[in-house]
Amino acid sequence: MTLLRHTQGGEITERQALTINPAKTCQPIGAMYAALGIHRCLPHSHGSQGCCSYHRSTLSRHYKEPVMAATSSFTEGSSVFGGQSNLLQAIENIFTIYQPDVIAVHTTCLSETIGDDIPQIAEKASEKGLIPEGKRVIHASTPSYVGAAPTGFANMTAGMVKYFSQSTSPNKVAGRVNVIPGWVEPADMREIKRIVAAMGLESIVFPDTSDVLDCPQTGVHEMFPKGGVTVEQLRAAGDSAATIALGPVCSGPAAVELTNKCGVPHATLPLPIGLEATDRFILELRKHNGGIVPQEITDERGRLIDLITDMHQYFYNKTAALWGDPDQLVSLSELLLTVDILPKYVVTGTPGKKFLRQMGDVLQDRKSEVQVRQGTGADLFLMHQWIKNEKVDLLIGNTYGKYISRDEGIPLVRHGFPILDRVGHQFFPTVGYRGAIRLLEQILEALMQLQDVECSEERFELTM
Amino acid sequence: MISVLEQRASQIHQDGNSPFAMDCEKHSVAGSVSQRACVFCGSRVVLYPVADALHLIHGPVGCAAYTWDIRGALSSGPQLHRMSFSTDLREKDVIYGGEPKLYQALVQLIDHYRPKAAFVYSTCIVGVIGDDVAAICRRVEAEKGLSVLPVHSEGFKGTKKDGYQAACTALFQLVGTGATDDISPLSLNILGDFNIAGETWLIRNYYERMGIQVVATITGDGRVDDIRRAHGAALNVVQCSGSMTHLARMMEDKYGIPSLRVSYFGLEDMSRALYEVADHFGDGQVQQRAEELVRDEVAAILPDLRRYKKVLSGKRAAIYTGGAFKAFSLVRSLRTLGMKTVLAGSQTGNREDYRLLRELCDEDTILVDDTNPLELAKFVQEKEVDLLIGGVKERPIAYKLGIGFCDHNHERKIGLAGFEGLRQFAREVHSTVMSPVWRLVPRRRRQLAASQANSLSTENLRPSCAGECSACDLPHCNIPAGQEILL
Repeated sequence: MTLLRHTQGGEITERQALTINPAKTCQPIGAMYAALGIHRCLPHSHGSQGCCSYHRSTLSRHYKEPVMAATSSFTEGSSVFGGQSNLLQAIENIFTIYQPDVIAVHTTCLSETIGDDIPQIAEKASEKGLIPEGKRVIHASTPSYVGAAPTGFANMTAGMVKYFSQSTSPNKVAGRVNVIPGWVEPADMREIKRIVAAMGLESIVFPDTSDVLDCPQTGVHEMFPKGGVTVEQLRAAGDSAATIALGPVCSGPAAVELTNKCGVPHATLPLPIGLEATDRFILELRKHNGGIVPQEITDERGRLIDLITDMHQYFYNKTAALWGDPDQLVSLSELLLTVDILPKYVVTGTPGKKFLRQMGDVLQDRKSEVQVRQGTGADLFLMHQWIKNEKVDLLIGNTYGKYISRDEGIPLVRHGFPILDRVGHQFFPTVGYRGAIRLLEQILEALMQLQDVECSEERFELTM
Repeated sequence: MISVLEQRASQIHQDGNSPFAMDCEKHSVAGSVSQRACVFCGSRVVLYPVADALHLIHGPVGCAAYTWDIRGALSSGPQLHRMSFSTDLREKDVIYGGEPKLYQALVQLIDHYRPKAAFVYSTCIVGVIGDDVAAICRRVEAEKGLSVLPVHSEGFKGTKKDGYQAACTALFQLVGTGATDDISPLSLNILGDFNIAGETWLIRNYYERMGIQVVATITGDGRVDDIRRAHGAALNVVQCSGSMTHLARMMEDKYGIPSLRVSYFGLEDMSRALYEVADHFGDGQVQQRAEELVRDEVAAILPDLRRYKKVLSGKRAAIYTGGAFKAFSLVRSLRTLGMKTVLAGSQTGNREDYRLLRELCDEDTILVDDTNPLELAKFVQEKEVDLLIGGVKERPIAYKLGIGFCDHNHERKIGLAGFEGLRQFAREVHSTVMSPVWRLVPRRRRQLAASQANSLSTENLRPSCAGECSACDLPHCNIPAGQEILL
């Protein structure tokens, strides 16, 4: 029995009013994830109870960690009279019982539409003495009908700058860079910090979910684990020598905000997934450390190239289908082309102007062989239809691709968010040279495993 | 006692000596890290298993994305319910209204899939921008000639329970529209089982073995045409009372169908369900078949249960469920396994539920309504539990505390209903409570070290097997007798 036999190939009808099996989700979850990357911060969902519950569940399923967030628990009354009293009560309760340093409020479709003004409510909370000395309430506007999860991440990250970063002197701190890592795994954030340190630079990475969503087992449930960027660091980000934004969608707005507010120059790079993208990151870091690349990093790069040469013959003529967030897709596509795999189909539900241009830059002379779709109608149903019409060898994306994988017998390399059906992914970075090694190992494993399972007995061989 | 949110104090019953006066059915306190969800969530989980219907979510994409195939409600036929359909409202739709999009999406989907009926779920935003969803449904229904049912599930309009009610209201529009001529007087509908891991199939099989015709399963492995003729059944058997009582009541009022409230979890409750159904019909043959069935099924699982009980006796459990009714069965089932329930709570229980729970549990069992992770973690530690039973948000908390976990909610892959379900429940509990991995957990290690200091007997060195390992042949109990565990 074919699962999802409800999808057929053939002629593809345009859909303007309908999304089937989305390749995106709404803004607030991105804001919640970003806010978890602030030390001792409780994300707060200003809307109905369900939003908060869904976001927490989805984040929990992916990271296999408790995810703490509060909600304004809107009622029928709040939808008529506004959510001010809910938020005031929430702020009071949260600081009384959970005692975070920061409450990071994000809005929802409901609270945006009824027009709640969060800064004004926070001001009122402050006047009423509901915000204890030294504690802060910050916010990001994240209506669910605008953007998608990555833009929610971007808005909350920009909010961190708006609320906290300060320029205390025209002389910036040499040798200290801000890195905005984008929506990547806690392990990726950890790896980015390692790389920057290996380059001999001091870094302020924000948000930083390492040691928040990849905590060691200690036998204790910490409401606020030890990780996360501190308010002090966020403040100091305004004095750093430069900001490197990794991924224009997720990290660009915060970097621009830092430039405008504090005069910290920024460079926006693609996510450092794959050889070339990591090269760009290293080259950018080199501008701040006197031009040195330590042997450690050079060796990592060398090992990656060594691996690629070992693998290249198995990748020849292979094709892949990719879906997920724009920042991820651009870098993944580049990595695939580097190793001679064609990213034949690329789909993201997340809107944003830069994506198609960036994809064009990456694809260059192979544009005509690739289908890229973004925004309305760009969903996994469309992807499945494309694949029904012409198959690929490999799927790369989140768990939602498993239906296509099963239906078409195409191996799936799980990447991106969410991964709901595997454990362990949260510990392995895919950024940097070492991350690329991990990713390529997974890709080849998927292809070879399929060959070993499907080939005829006489073709079954011990060696590659 | 631990500190709790002041406004929540009355929703917790901690002390066996104090008079029992628990508050519940309250709206969650704003700012609470509640484990609850919304109206839409309630409607979505109840209706979703109707497998040959179209489920279109009218709103921004999130509500559809988060509920895409999250509940393992199996279907023996169509899989249409496992797709995610959304009108994906954008800013301009919010300004100008989402009705044109809804109409277009419905028409496109109905033309393409030819479903038996369509459910259209309203989300928060729809309630605020004022789309007339019912009018669009009527229009499409007239044009396409199939039932298009609005589900009034705007998230802010109450709790998950109100979502159940909205779902029942939608279902009730289907009931009474099908032919009932071939329905036996010995017939029933199964209400409130969602076929998680195939449970509806098992229960249906029991009734059929008793000689009773099952007309409709609502909604596990549900079909529109069965629901249409559900009014022809002689009895509604209602499980998960929270979600389906409303439908049963409406069917009783309009069609005079009586209903029985049952639970399929645990030996006592499962047997009682079958006996009560048999007694309801008062048919000697059905009663005799029920007795035989219970005897055979119990005999088949008893040896295993005895083995598990031997190892699990004295272990302590905490239960946090969605509905309270499930908690009753769990307390009984744990007792069958020799385990003690030291904490019990639910997201949506009512006063009567908690009174029953109070009676069922021990004097010192803590009862909580609509708890939050902080409370849960503190109680669980304070009571030194070995097992937490809960849903997706509770699992990582249990593991962080270093205690076993059993999912009794959407995500479980093992049927826990019926007699076979109890055996599987015992196996699940055993697999996690007795797992050797807890020996690695620092808190447990400290406890073990403390108990080792008190007594040097080998028993205390065995956190998992209480010295009985050699007596049992279960997967995790393979520690040779006398072997010490490295602390």
